[in-house]
Amino acid sequence: MTADREPTVREVTRDDLVGRADVLLEARWRLALVAAHEDRHDFRIVYTFLRPGHPPCELWLRVPRDDAWVPTLAGISYSGGRFEREVRDLYGIRPEGHPLPRRMVRHGHWPTGYYPMLRDADPEPHFDADVGSYPFIQVGGDGVYEIPVGPVHAGLIEPGHFRFSVVGETIVRMKARLWFLHRGVEKLFEGKTPQDGIALAERISGDTAVGHALAYAMAVEQALGMQVTHEERARRAVLLELERLHNHVSDIGAIVNDVGFGIIHAHTQGLREQLLRHNQHVTGHRLLRGGITIGGAHFVGDPDLDLIAEVSRSTAELVDLALSNHGVRDRLTGTAILDAEQAYLLGTLGYVARASTLPIDARLDHPFVDLPCAFVPATQANGDVLARFLVRAEEVATSATLIASWADAATRTSRLADMPVDAAVPSAVAISGGGDSAPDRFGLGVVEAWRGTLVHRVELAPDGTLSRVKVVDPSYVNWPAVPVALADTIVPDFPLANKSFNQSYAGNDL
Amino acid sequence: MSATVTTMLLVAVQCGLLLALAPVRVGLMRQVRARLEGRAGAGVLQPWRDLAKLARKEPLRAPGVRFGGALPVLLMGASLLLVALLPLLQTATLVAVPDDLFVVVSVLLLGTVAIALLGLDSGTAFGGMGASRHMTVAALVEPTILVAVYALSIPVGTSNLSAIVSARLDHPATVVAPVSLLALVALFIVVIAETGRLPVDNPSTHLELTMIHEAMILESSGRDLGWVEYASWLRLGALLALVANLAAPWGVVQHLHVLAVLIAMVALVLKVAVLGAAIASGEVFLAKLRLFRVPELLAGSFVLAFLAVTASYLTV
Repeated sequence: MTADREPTVREVTRDDLVGRADVLLEARWRLALVAAHEDRHDFRIVYTFLRPGHPPCELWLRVPRDDAWVPTLAGISYSGGRFEREVRDLYGIRPEGHPLPRRMVRHGHWPTGYYPMLRDADPEPHFDADVGSYPFIQVGGDGVYEIPVGPVHAGLIEPGHFRFSVVGETIVRMKARLWFLHRGVEKLFEGKTPQDGIALAERISGDTAVGHALAYAMAVEQALGMQVTHEERARRAVLLELERLHNHVSDIGAIVNDVGFGIIHAHTQGLREQLLRHNQHVTGHRLLRGGITIGGAHFVGDPDLDLIAEVSRSTAELVDLALSNHGVRDRLTGTAILDAEQAYLLGTLGYVARASTLPIDARLDHPFVDLPCAFVPATQANGDVLARFLVRAEEVATSATLIASWADAATRTSRLADMPVDAAVPSAVAISGGGDSAPDRFGLGVVEAWRGTLVHRVELAPDGTLSRVKVVDPSYVNWPAVPVALADTIVPDFPLANKSFNQSYAGNDL
Repeated sequence: MSATVTTMLLVAVQCGLLLALAPVRVGLMRQVRARLEGRAGAGVLQPWRDLAKLARKEPLRAPGVRFGGALPVLLMGASLLLVALLPLLQTATLVAVPDDLFVVVSVLLLGTVAIALLGLDSGTAFGGMGASRHMTVAALVEPTILVAVYALSIPVGTSNLSAIVSARLDHPATVVAPVSLLALVALFIVVIAETGRLPVDNPSTHLELTMIHEAMILESSGRDLGWVEYASWLRLGALLALVANLAAPWGVVQHLHVLAVLIAMVALVLKVAVLGAAIASGEVFLAKLRLFRVPELLAGSFVLAFLAVTASYLTV
């Protein structure tokens, strides 16, 4: 199963990059990741494409350090254009011909010419005051006013600044300025042993501990050519669904709470607490940290299938109760619509895409474990808040079923299945093309985390430590969908719309 | 003891009672809602503890805030005046300060303007946004209050609130008359809207962009916030007490006696507690309306009030 997931690599030049990428995109490949690498003599930019049922396809482009630019993909791929801006901010590689080459990850107070991902970047540069104001587009006209919100909010939530241009109560334009959480996660991975990377991966976005740890572990395993037993894979799948469960249950309540229907929220919080305690019972940690290991997964207690079935049943009941309330249904229906074409062009993932009819689900597209044959991704047609709510509701039930179907396999073998990483495992991946400084070993991990398809790409140094880890959280591609969906929405509905997306700020900004 | 002094004394008792119990009433409503939702709740005294905490805190005011601490005090003053004017414990009135319907609505409007100014004064987008929404709601609420109480005043022949309550005590049948019921329902809806309860505003939200009342006071802190909160609670308390007294006037003192005053106090506390608990219970089943639906609701209540007026002319 691992073998057919190994990426095929193609070296490209600046001249044929756009053409090749276009051919892949036309054939419905998805640009999942763009990662820059600082090799000994030049930069290597890796473009990873995914397509259901196919092994990943990678385009490798080498550019010299003293003439660091790449032809932009912004014209053919929206997410490609954003990846390039990120690469520019962190490595200083210019996207040539980019239509909107503004800074993205970079903050105004970073010193000029400071590219934190470079090897010789000062870990503690002298930061100036944030003098450059952020170039928000001002909407002119009679009665247009601006509402700046955040980054510090009235409730305890992650930092994000939203600039609304509003006429009356209708949003004309909304610009989200995120990127207040740059912690240098990808840099922190470098030089760590694969084993140590797990703890860091679990902390990229607190609510996606399993998703990140699993994608990371799968990438490392592919790089090392490690095989994972069926039982271990079933255990991982169970952990992944447990994570989906507690997050979806919590979101279902939170969405309804945002229209002031607090009783559902109170009850989902109760259910979530049961799930978190169950998580602690299964892995020893309420947010499922420590469950995933390199080469396996690890339970300290068996999952309680009765409890999960009960939570699933109660959630369905709460969803029915919420939707039988006329006021709730009225508020959710038709609010913040993201249509299918927008969802596809923006490259959205997870429940955001599925609520707009796109059946993207890595559990089906890039499976690492056998699925029950009845598995179909939950999709909805309308792309509104109600659709995203219903997709979650359906996925709660699906997750409970999936856990039950894997539970046997997951609890069959020994509980403590620590398979230490043997750094001396010879490279299993043959590199086509070679080059002056090709990585010894690399691997890709693709996982359907609760927010959507999550990708980690890991490269290992000859001594077995991590030389580069690239993380793409689904939030990274889903965030741009929020302002798009807000067209014609009224200001008081924004919190509800935003909650229905519920993207991670930390997973977005590494 | 002259009648004026006694009346003043009673007004003072009435103010003291509402001042002491307004935060408890808020605590009771929150507690009822929490219990119905399956939560433990913070206890009925939590608002008092919050006020005590806020009173100790120095307010932070942004540079450029013009009226500083004056508006919260003005708001508090307007709420106190409202409490003093309403016939909550007794139906005797001070000749100098008539509890005329139009005076009461003006005082109510004074508080509305004070809090809207407070929102504007903070100079933030939220303050302005909240103030704009608040005035939109107020523009629909104030006429409805006026018309609804006016409908009740027609059978009595005076717009004096004490006289209305007194007349309802003398002729209990008028309480359940169609005119009265229509007017009371209209009044009840606008009181909910005016004081920022569901489904018009969500008093427990932390989401800046959906707020009405909270948006205006977002920049207030410390003692300023304490005054604003206290004044708002007092205002809701007074309005609920008025609705309660119009719907069930029994217990209000007509012939002065110490025991009667005590009974009136107990009756008032009970009526407000029951009404508050009923509102809190109702809120459990309500979601917040989309902002643009709020005018529809309020227009509906205005229609009810208008029907009440029409009906009262027909039945006189």
